[in-house]
Amino acid sequence: MIDRRFFLKSSGLALVSGALVPNVFVKMANASTTKGRKVLVAIFQRGAVDGLNVVVPYAEQAYYAARPSIAVPRDRVVDLDGFFGFHPSLQSLAPYFKDKSLAVVHAVGSPDASRSHFDAQDFMECGTPGVKSTDDGFLSRAVMADKNAATPLRAVSFTSSLPRILSGPANAVNMTDISRFGVRGPESPAFAAMYGGAFEAVKILKSADPAKLQPENGAAYANNPLANSLKQIAQLIKSNVGLEVAFTDVSGWDTHAGEGGAEGQLANNLRNFSEAIAVFIRDLGSRMSDVVLVTMSEFGRTVHENGNRGTDHGHANVMLSAGGGVKGGKVYGTWPGLAENRLYENRDLAVTTDFRDIFAELIAKQLSVASMKSVFPNYEPKWRGVMA
Amino acid sequence: MKRLLALTSALLLLSASSDRLTERQRAQHALDRLGFGARPGDVERVMQVGVDKWVDQQLHPERIGDRAVDSRLAQYETLTMSSHQIFEQFEKPIIERRQAKKNNEERMEIPREQRPQRLVMELSAQRLIRATESERQLNEVMADFWMNHFNVFAPKGLDRVFVTEYERDVIRPRMWGRFEDLLMATAKSPAMLFYLDNARSRSGAINENYAREIMELHTLGVDGGYTQKDVTELARVFTGWSIARPKEGDGFKFRPFVHDRGAKSVLGVRFAAGGGIEEGERMIHFLAHHPSTAHHIAYKLCQRLIADEPPPSAVDRVAKTFLATNGDLRLTVKAVIDSPEFWDPKYYRAKVKSPFEYTVSAIRAVGGQLDDPIPVARQLQQMGEGLYLSQPPTGYSDTAKAWNNSGGLMARLNFAVALVENKMPGVHSNVTALVPQDRDALDTLALKLTGGELSAETRKTIAERNPSVEAMAGLILGSPEFQRQ
Repeated sequence: MIDRRFFLKSSGLALVSGALVPNVFVKMANASTTKGRKVLVAIFQRGAVDGLNVVVPYAEQAYYAARPSIAVPRDRVVDLDGFFGFHPSLQSLAPYFKDKSLAVVHAVGSPDASRSHFDAQDFMECGTPGVKSTDDGFLSRAVMADKNAATPLRAVSFTSSLPRILSGPANAVNMTDISRFGVRGPESPAFAAMYGGAFEAVKILKSADPAKLQPENGAAYANNPLANSLKQIAQLIKSNVGLEVAFTDVSGWDTHAGEGGAEGQLANNLRNFSEAIAVFIRDLGSRMSDVVLVTMSEFGRTVHENGNRGTDHGHANVMLSAGGGVKGGKVYGTWPGLAENRLYENRDLAVTTDFRDIFAELIAKQLSVASMKSVFPNYEPKWRGVMA
Repeated sequence: MKRLLALTSALLLLSASSDRLTERQRAQHALDRLGFGARPGDVERVMQVGVDKWVDQQLHPERIGDRAVDSRLAQYETLTMSSHQIFEQFEKPIIERRQAKKNNEERMEIPREQRPQRLVMELSAQRLIRATESERQLNEVMADFWMNHFNVFAPKGLDRVFVTEYERDVIRPRMWGRFEDLLMATAKSPAMLFYLDNARSRSGAINENYAREIMELHTLGVDGGYTQKDVTELARVFTGWSIARPKEGDGFKFRPFVHDRGAKSVLGVRFAAGGGIEEGERMIHFLAHHPSTAHHIAYKLCQRLIADEPPPSAVDRVAKTFLATNGDLRLTVKAVIDSPEFWDPKYYRAKVKSPFEYTVSAIRAVGGQLDDPIPVARQLQQMGEGLYLSQPPTGYSDTAKAWNNSGGLMARLNFAVALVENKMPGVHSNVTALVPQDRDALDTLALKLTGGELSAETRKTIAERNPSVEAMAGLILGSPEFQRQ
């Protein structure tokens, strides 16, 4: 049986032991080690981010043939492994790939063929592609399956409503601003009596006061929704309020027109995205040994650009994962290639890794969940080795 | 005496038989579902007119006077502007400023009232004032419904210029006519053409976005029976459906030179080569009358008006009416309200209010005055329902799942508390005036604010606080019972 302590010894600490500390993790003299729980942070890029322009298969001629105006030029790509390279906007994450704390999974996605944003997001968040009757989210089920006692702030979503992925019995709370999570005025106890649960979280936040924590290690968050969410997730992690799963999402990826290549719409969004994550990792410093961050999107986009220098809805996509225990510095997944006869339905990158395989590993390690039966019903995850 | 009154009202509640709503409950239900909740005295007024008669009046909003609202809205000048005027006043200065910056010329800051943010603010103000003050309550419920069904995201580029005309001239005038006319008007609206990229879709360089969403969201529904091939073919049909440039007179323009003139086949409808605009018009007609569309529209209307999981019997009946009347929206909505399911006690207070419904019903319930809607519009953003700000084409959801979350709850509770303390900017009310001297405050407020539907448990929680009248009202407006309708 896999349990947390095993991984602390063999993986998490590797990140902080002397010789392997990358200079991007600045150790503060008074940084305390994280007490308590490991954390999984998931970021959903809603709208189907164009994975082929995020992690570019620059060594494939077919990529350039398919995207005459929006391909990222070879000399603009940040090389990862001689075949793939980051979009230049992901510059700030490149050091983490190089120091092996960040991994990439490509050609990953859902077996379901839907190209409807809303269906595909639902299927992904429920963890049961193709099944519409699932009411709850797989992260909620994962939290329920972990061995820790329930605490009010173990599952938090930084969104203005509760996303499907965290809907369910785990009683996740959602907020966009920690300091505003609560009711002003003297009648708060009455509302607590009426509503219970959420107010337990309010009490804990009041006494822990995470909002007072400043970013560390020279981290400076930009002023955009994702950075704001990650900043606050970091505050929750540092204040030891019992957080296990954090979620946030970011929109603006549905680039049907004017997507741009090395520069442009997607490039700008990716820059904010990349920098927010890089700053988060920097802020947490040595605490990252207990944290794994992962990105996801409902599907990818067409290999070929469309008539408006954009891309339409596709199939397979890319996921990034960074943190303690991640065996980074590698692009995982079997690359199907972009030859016409290897495309899904003659238009999209084919899926060769089910997204549930990746999440199963992350959930097993971070939440010490022994069996994925309840998390991903009717599915046997395959071990991909992204986590140590 | 007070205790006797309390007991009496409690008994009145209990005496409602479980298989029929009382007349008072029917009035409350009508005001809640077909409007934005009761103002003080509304339930009595509706009972006096007769619930069925009131419903019939609401189904003909054109016969209900709205002058008071019109004069309230006169101060929001952008509401009556054309897209062209809006472009000249709000978009052009930005373009000129950008150009000037490139040429390294100095330019003054654009004054606040000329910034495009004003457009969405005034539109939001309009919606809030109408929902709070108009007697055409069902009309406002339907405006909210259709603006979500045919959602447009104002902050997307030029959509902020187009959306004023979109709501005023495309959606609102067609809500009670035929669905096909409404659908056609949205298909040809600059707002939709821009939002879902069809304006840029050209022969040999098609953009699928609109073709997919018109089938998935606007008509057939995601399981309505279309394939990826149909999406691509329909996108070809709509090539050339574009937006006229300012010189060309604004509005819709069909561009024959970018229209794909090849042969096509969509959902079994075949087009020989050489076609033009009539292909898209034919497909709109086809989609508007498709049985899947009837079912999809019926489902959404029943979800909105009856229950999150609408009873299939009602949906089927309403879908039949839609088809039989050629998509007559007035008769279709009437079919929902006429259905026994609409008045079934099982669905009484079974829905959770959206943030928009919540804030407006709270203001109405306390007889509040909406002096300046803009701060309330900002609150709606906090609650997760910023008007005109839904980025995905689905618009805002109409089910409890979307709104039953802790973050939104906190925002609502803070709103309720601020409202009753007169600390909500832009709104003022006099809660104390709601309770006559000799009456029990809790009983009176429970009756006036929730139609007497406050549970014993909530009453107990409130009574234990020994609150002032304001605090009591705040607690009731924040109670789980007031979140429902």
